[in-house]
Amino acid sequence: MPVSLLWAVDVYGRVYSLSTGGQQWEQCRDAQLEFKRVTAAQQCCWGIACDHNIYLNVHASDLPIRYQEETYENHRWNPVDGFSERLLPSDRWQWSDVTGLQHQPLDSFILPSKSWEWEADWYVDENFGGEPTEKGGWTYAIDFPATYTKDKKWNSCVRRRRWIRYRRYKARDTWAKIPSEQSGLPDPFNDISCGGWEISEEPRGRLSLWAVSLQGKVWFRDGIYHHNPEGSNWEEMSVPGEVVQISCGPGDLVWAVLWEGQLIVREGIGRDCPQGTSWVVVDSPSPEVGAIHVGVGVNVVWAITKDNKVWFRRGVNSHNPCGSGWIGMVGEMIMINVGLNDQVWAIGCEDRAVYFRQGVTSSELSGKAWKVISVPRDGDRSHSSASASSLQSAGCFFSGEVRGSGLVASASPESFADAPTEPASEAPKPRIPKVTSDSFISELVSDREPGKNTSAAPAILEEESNPAEGEVQDPPAAGIALSPSQSGGPLDPQWSNVDLEEAQSQQAGAGAVLDSADTCSLSSVATYTLALEEPYGADEHPLWAWVNGGGCSVDCHSQLNWFSSLAQSVQSMSLSITPAQTAAWRKQIFEQLSERSKREMDNFRHYEQAIEQSVWVKKGTMQWWRDWKPHKWMDVRFALEQFSGPEGNKDGILFIYYNFNEEKKYLHAFINEVTILVPVLNDSKHTFAIYTPERTKQRWPIRLAAATELEMHDWLALLSVSCCDSRGIQGPPSKQAIWSVTCKGDIFVSEPSPGLEAMPYPTPCDQMFWRQVGGHLRVVECNSVGVVWGIGYDHTAWVYTGGYGGGFFQGLASSTDNIYTQTDVKSIYIYENQRWNPVTGYTNRGLPTDRYMWSDASGLHECTKTNTKPPSPHWTWVSEWAVDYSVSGGTDREGWQYAADFPASYHGYKTLKDFVRRRRWARKCKLTTTGPWQEVPPIPLSDVTILPCTAQSSVEVVPLWAISNKGDVLCRLGVTTLTPAGSSWLHVGTDQPFKSISIGAANQVWAIARDGSAFYRGSVSPQSPAGDCWFHIPSPSKQKLKQVSVGRTSVYTVDENGNLWYRQGVTPSYPQGSSWEHISNNVRKVSVGPLDQVWIIADKVQGSHSLSCGTVCHRLGVQPMEPKGQSWDYGIGGGWDHITVRGNSMEPPRIRLPSLTDPSAPAPRSPLSARNMEVNGNAVRC
Amino acid sequence: MADDKDVLRDVWFGRIPTCFTLHQDEVTEREAEPFYLLLPRVSYLTLVTDKVKKHFLKVMKAEDVEEMWFEYEGTPLKWHYPIGVLFDLHASNTALPWSITVHFKDFPERDLLHCPSNSVIEAHFMSSIKEADALKHKSQVINDMQKKDHKQLWMGLQNDKFDQFWAMNRKLMEYPTEEGGFRYIPFRIYQVHTHTHTHTHIYIYILAGVSPFLLTLTLTLTL
Repeated sequence: MPVSLLWAVDVYGRVYSLSTGGQQWEQCRDAQLEFKRVTAAQQCCWGIACDHNIYLNVHASDLPIRYQEETYENHRWNPVDGFSERLLPSDRWQWSDVTGLQHQPLDSFILPSKSWEWEADWYVDENFGGEPTEKGGWTYAIDFPATYTKDKKWNSCVRRRRWIRYRRYKARDTWAKIPSEQSGLPDPFNDISCGGWEISEEPRGRLSLWAVSLQGKVWFRDGIYHHNPEGSNWEEMSVPGEVVQISCGPGDLVWAVLWEGQLIVREGIGRDCPQGTSWVVVDSPSPEVGAIHVGVGVNVVWAITKDNKVWFRRGVNSHNPCGSGWIGMVGEMIMINVGLNDQVWAIGCEDRAVYFRQGVTSSELSGKAWKVISVPRDGDRSHSSASASSLQSAGCFFSGEVRGSGLVASASPESFADAPTEPASEAPKPRIPKVTSDSFISELVSDREPGKNTSAAPAILEEESNPAEGEVQDPPAAGIALSPSQSGGPLDPQWSNVDLEEAQSQQAGAGAVLDSADTCSLSSVATYTLALEEPYGADEHPLWAWVNGGGCSVDCHSQLNWFSSLAQSVQSMSLSITPAQTAAWRKQIFEQLSERSKREMDNFRHYEQAIEQSVWVKKGTMQWWRDWKPHKWMDVRFALEQFSGPEGNKDGILFIYYNFNEEKKYLHAFINEVTILVPVLNDSKHTFAIYTPERTKQRWPIRLAAATELEMHDWLALLSVSCCDSRGIQGPPSKQAIWSVTCKGDIFVSEPSPGLEAMPYPTPCDQMFWRQVGGHLRVVECNSVGVVWGIGYDHTAWVYTGGYGGGFFQGLASSTDNIYTQTDVKSIYIYENQRWNPVTGYTNRGLPTDRYMWSDASGLHECTKTNTKPPSPHWTWVSEWAVDYSVSGGTDREGWQYAADFPASYHGYKTLKDFVRRRRWARKCKLTTTGPWQEVPPIPLSDVTILPCTAQSSVEVVPLWAISNKGDVLCRLGVTTLTPAGSSWLHVGTDQPFKSISIGAANQVWAIARDGSAFYRGSVSPQSPAGDCWFHIPSPSKQKLKQVSVGRTSVYTVDENGNLWYRQGVTPSYPQGSSWEHISNNVRKVSVGPLDQVWIIADKVQGSHSLSCGTVCHRLGVQPMEPKGQSWDYGIGGGWDHITVRGNSMEPPRIRLPSLTDPSAPAPRSPLSARNMEVNGNAVRC
Repeated sequence: MADDKDVLRDVWFGRIPTCFTLHQDEVTEREAEPFYLLLPRVSYLTLVTDKVKKHFLKVMKAEDVEEMWFEYEGTPLKWHYPIGVLFDLHASNTALPWSITVHFKDFPERDLLHCPSNSVIEAHFMSSIKEADALKHKSQVINDMQKKDHKQLWMGLQNDKFDQFWAMNRKLMEYPTEEGGFRYIPFRIYQVHTHTHTHTHIYIYILAGVSPFLLTLTLTLTL
């Protein structure tokens, strides 16, 4: 999980953030002003400062926010001057936008605010639809407006060229004032809430920002996008009353609180209308006491009434934003906020501490209990400070399981009657006057006037004051109180005095401990106990006024170090054992054990063993997809016999016993011949496939189905261990390993034999042994020093940790170190199909011959919203079905695509000839698994490449390039074998989004743009890791390229029609090469390795029994003088999606006679066993 | 620790060379030869002595044979202690092989539990595992296992199959990372009363998953 921030404002208006990875509140030093309120998204935080202006803090990222301005220069030909800027009077402007209607001279472009800067000056774009143009970038046409071409013809009368300039948002990690248009904003803002990023498929950055003015009016900020983080203008929304506070969830929920205590709910919010259409009034939870605060998430609404009671709204969802009823919850809070994943944050009424609602899950949205966040602030004496420890005790007092105190809750929602019975809560507080109550800060600050804390309320909190006194404050005081001198002034001494005293005693104590103990962790333990003995000081913990979890990505499973508990101290104690100590201890144990074995056994090896080693058989029942027609599942008995071979190596045989024509028969496979075990796991059966070289040739594996998923995993784990044992493979994959990924996201790795790239007799591809590694990826890339990166279906970047196993692997087949939780999210699509008829228009009644009205993309299978399940039991739905508008070909406003008939090409608008239409629905599902992968936050990627170092090279920093999912080109800094995740991204500017990238052994960087053209990056070297400029390389004629791979010198690309191209004429002096040469069709993906070896994923490969799509193939005959090779050798296949051979830099043995077999290669099957297999097969088929 | 296959293997494959001799009082038809065997430290005496029994029965009449039991220097050996524990407790200072006397009569009812069949050993073994898991995981892991998993653990021990055993025992030795470790580390203290010494040897065996494998700490307490 990448770290994210929880934001809070204390009663003095100081803004703090707490990182999910951290353990203390960090003050936002940059904020010169005090803030009233903040509202955060993951990428930014908005706030209202005490000057009533709105400020935006966009978090720094390696990816710049840049916006491309463009304008066109138009020329017309005349016989005198040739092409010139003299246009006809009827013509467009000389400088215009693309349509020609808008006058746009270069100097008309100004920066939108002080937060922007120009990246460079204007320049001419020489790329025209993926084709490079002549110098000058002119495109020609007969007349305006017409079709432009890059070639000048005899009849070209006009020409134009495109000028571009980038501006960049520079105000990052700082509070930048949003320039306020004076018009229409008569009164200052009082509340602010952002959200709505989930209502459209816009990239992260689109926000809905709602604000409330002091007069109770509601404003909506328009036009906030990734490229325009500040938004463009305020739009007033009419409201049925005066609004006090508003809350906007990540989805389409917006609730607000009215002065009178009712709540209003915004309806009609959607993709096309983020500001919604109308308000609906919902009554306050309690008939006598009005609501004062509301917080909404995706599917939840929490509210607080004026008596500080907390309420949960039942039955809220997108279709019913009003929900169905209130449930009283335990706890007394002054404000509440719902953050990401519907997690709830609140500020306690009594102690002004920040509370987290524990146990909020999608099935139990109301959570279980309030848990106080007790971490020190960076201003406090941090770490072993007394304040931390007093918080700790406060935490003990308030945390999780309740003892005695009614302040915090125990379990599930409780009724109104169960509410705490402290004196303060019995009588609802007097109605807070209009002007002060809208700011807790003013209320609180005024409460803290010295000498006024005479309340008889719990002794824990002396600042809990008589609210009536707070009320007497006259309104202007609120504003003044916000300035530090006024508010902090009289109070500061009180704080700092105490702080100093305690700090001194603390230092003394800690010092003494430090003398006696040599490790700091010990000392922290010591101070911990010391601190526990201290009396509980009420003044010690910070008083919070506002909290916002909109940017804080946690869920109920997150590990947070924010809560005091016993576990934490235990953990800190266990941490006092250093890895070195552990290693020394292990060594000692191991030596003692070895010594013991030697002492007790060495002279007695001739003694008989008490237990004889025997064959170990594991049996079970399964179903087998029988080899002969008609194919069907038949019940079989399944047995694995394991035994020790003559040299002590383990081996085994697999038996499948079945009945055929009432005759008992069996099929067997030697474990040492099994090349791969592939889990197929679909929603109907728990199936897996077993391949041997023979079965790979046939394209017909042994397909088995277990009764339960658990059983399948047990068998897979066992068979996998057995296969690895028989081949002597254990531990993590080597640096040379070949990695591949299936279309199900399963990851496989193969150890290359030295003969794999040998000439002329390489190890056949179908003999490669693949073993599975836990995790779920879409792309994996490696190099030969062991740096491995992966990209998930949700574009998350992952780095390989050096572990092995994970997933369903258990026992010793999996390392416990280096195995982490990995999640992935993908969308499942179904299609709604309709046919037009003259009477009713489009309906879901099709012709009898038509496809299902709800189907998959092919239309052949019925897929309804209810019967469509996640791909396997491991996946769970995480969203509802929603219309998908991002379909190629475009859609109309309701997501429909039209066509003349099924199946045909669809377009996003309706014509007279269209009789059918369809739209795509998407639903997200999430997988949680484990594997040797760690996330590389925060930028989502779509492609990655690592320099394929040869094994001998001692390069310290490993060049790694990537493409973000928005198409930005990125260069990773600080990647070494010790820190494979690197440190940060360097953004490499491009004029258009990219989709594929590859770096060769000599720092040649090639990339493919989204428009299908290729680019070469000039001057990339270890000294200049990002290079200097892009060279546009025309793609093969009429082909749009989609992927590139660069080896030692070879450059290969794949186009969208499945053609594989080799770049001719690449030399060190002319690295761009001269032309593309066609090598093969039927190719999906290519991987060129450090030996210039070429491996592909082939689209279709025909075997003797069947055909497989997505097959690993190896180019044979590739030699230094013949880099294009001769033919393909077919390996594992059927559902493979990606392969990388960029780790294998093992030079093959120079001379290799056909009779010599490599001992470390998988044992070549003897002709005899092959014949046996065939006999077997025949028997099966008869 | 569960990662350290080398240590685990060394612990598992620890063997004690043992010489079994028939007690002089036993009635035999001809002289009984001693019987030599490598006993696995992690197993139980009555589980691995089928061969011993068979060997001595060859020279005895069926009517003279009652339940077999073992004794070392006058101390009856408790079969429900792991073999390694018995050896460390009673005989760690003697010369190898460990010399055990075999009896077929006069079962010392006061000192030993009867062991009529392997299912008794299995029950004892499983209860130790359950005790240990109660401390480590509130019994969650052992309760989540199926009957066949329990069987696999036991069969692994009974047949001296390291992989078979550890495929299951691994689960008992894991903990979710967020919990930061076992709740408690189970261990058992074995005490031998040797009245001849002023010292009492206390053996602490860490019940790491199964009885006594991981570590033997010897504390000598002065009483």
